[in-house]
Amino acid sequence: MTSRTRRPRSKQTIEHYLLSEHQLEQMYETMLLARRLNERMLALNRQGRAPFFIGGTGQEAAQVGAAMALRQGEDYLVPYYRDLAMNLVFGMTAREAMLNLLAKRDDPHGGGRQMPSHWGVAARRVVTGSSVVATQLVHAAGIGLGAKMCNDPIVVLVCCGEGSTSKGDFHEALNFAQIHRLPVIFYVQNNGYAISESTEKEMPIAHVADRARAYNMHSASVDGMDAIAVYQTVRPAVDQARRGGGPFLIEARCYRLGAHSSDDDDTRYRPRAELEEWTSKDPITLFRHRVETDQIFPAAELDEIEARITAEVQDAVEWAANQPDPEPEDALGFVYRE
Amino acid sequence: MAEMTVIEAVRTALDEVLAADEKAFILGEDVEAGGVFRATEGLKAKYPGRLLDTPLAESSIVGVAIGAAHYGMHPIAEIQFADFIHSAFDQLVSEASRWSYRTRGESGLPMVVRTPWGGGVHGAQHHSQSIEAYYTHLPGLKVVAPSFPADYRSLLHAAVADPNPVLFLEHKRTYRLFKQEMDGAPAETTIGRARVARQGSDLTMYAYGLMLHESLAAAETLASEGVECTVVDLLTLLPLDVETILETARATGKVLIVHEDTLTGGFGGEIAALIAEHAFEYLDAPVRRLAAPDIPAMPYAHAMESFFMPDREKIAAAARDLAAY
Repeated sequence: MTSRTRRPRSKQTIEHYLLSEHQLEQMYETMLLARRLNERMLALNRQGRAPFFIGGTGQEAAQVGAAMALRQGEDYLVPYYRDLAMNLVFGMTAREAMLNLLAKRDDPHGGGRQMPSHWGVAARRVVTGSSVVATQLVHAAGIGLGAKMCNDPIVVLVCCGEGSTSKGDFHEALNFAQIHRLPVIFYVQNNGYAISESTEKEMPIAHVADRARAYNMHSASVDGMDAIAVYQTVRPAVDQARRGGGPFLIEARCYRLGAHSSDDDDTRYRPRAELEEWTSKDPITLFRHRVETDQIFPAAELDEIEARITAEVQDAVEWAANQPDPEPEDALGFVYRE
Repeated sequence: MAEMTVIEAVRTALDEVLAADEKAFILGEDVEAGGVFRATEGLKAKYPGRLLDTPLAESSIVGVAIGAAHYGMHPIAEIQFADFIHSAFDQLVSEASRWSYRTRGESGLPMVVRTPWGGGVHGAQHHSQSIEAYYTHLPGLKVVAPSFPADYRSLLHAAVADPNPVLFLEHKRTYRLFKQEMDGAPAETTIGRARVARQGSDLTMYAYGLMLHESLAAAETLASEGVECTVVDLLTLLPLDVETILETARATGKVLIVHEDTLTGGFGGEIAALIAEHAFEYLDAPVRRLAAPDIPAMPYAHAMESFFMPDREKIAAAARDLAAY
């Protein structure tokens, strides 16, 4: 790990951003770390060192901007399998991300019992999930119900892709949450694709956010490639939910820059021109351009962050590769909780 | 409190749980009005805010219970008829039953799903089903199917106290079929133990729910003919009390497994396999299963419903044949 030698960051909120210098740096660092981890994970898969990879490249702004609007350690995060960057905001390290990818014994997300990217650490209030899409949305409603019954001022942020919004559990969850005005943010990362199916094959409406009308629910649709805009949209919704104002459906319009997973070949169905167009809107490039232009951080400092992250990812891979694998008989444990 | 029916025992247990455990609450369809079988009658007035009517959406009833249990509550979900639980199959299969396993025991789910099952009430195909075979295939879930009022009461207490998800099956035909003396506090009990309900040396019957009562009646008839039967009340189907099953099979050498579900893929196959694998040398006759015929589900018309369900006469006939083998 490289040491940090840099000027202290102000925690004072900057007008027009609703974020402090300190938070903006965290935003950039986390997005970049997620991107570099995802790139390295795919490389490890292609080298035959990880059987499976599923990532969130292109969705870093949507994830970091939303997760930073929550109180880490207090609020509940119910992620889906692309939310690496959200988990980083909630306390996951690069080393831990690699433990999870490589299904090592000490991976805190189940120690190799699930595919990588199926996160859950109770102490962090990151809730375990499966590969079945949309089932987690009703769990989020249940957590919100428990909190409401206990007068506990927490907020639950639950994530899914736009593909999940066609499933029954999506509708059952929104319906239930609005009836009881539960403190739940339903956060849909509309990345344009459910594996190979583009959105017009998935739903007869243009915007996921329009689905909220059926439930008389507050909703918003935000540019998910802009981390600052995402934060500025999610934060007021979180504050409102915490005050008892009920749930919110937020759609972050983003783009899946990678294939669905390491087993998918997106060239079979995705036009190259479309991918190129969205690549030009890369959320990390956009963010860097903005904070440089606004003179929040000089380019040299951003370069320094980049170098530090590259080293951090390298360290994580080397460290995780040397951690123990599970024993075969570990498969038998914890069927029931004692 | 003297005598109680099954439904009174369930209601009493719910009342006791809500009084003792401030994290416990009940959710389901029509539960605030008392429920279609009156299991929650009177509880809303006694425990304001602790009963929650839900939309008619079973996946969310179970899924919300999962979330609430993860948060730290002790939800008791009611699925109005077991026949409707399959909308929540995904939540039980893919989520609830794996919660402990996939978190390496870090997170449990202290939740109960109660549901009325079984036939004999002219409920036809969608108000009479036996569902246990689907859900006993889910390690991580516990499946309880009592027969006597006192067991309903004590096992419901045990289910709420359990840190794992419990599917609590209540045979609807038995809700008001008979009463049992029940004084004082509920008995301390553990999920996962069967009970020998009647002791006899000639053969053993294994049953649960209504069929346990029918088996006991058949055993009474056979006793008058000089054939003495052991009857095992399984109580918990998952995890199964293998020890009691094998002990009784070895002691009597002849076994009759009775269930209301259809034969192929029914839960009786598991008991038969256990006995064949581990008690083969003790057997004096082939393992016998008595179950409903392999048709899609229970028919409505009285004659066909009676034909579908095993009963004391059919059980007695099968036991007589087996004893004579």
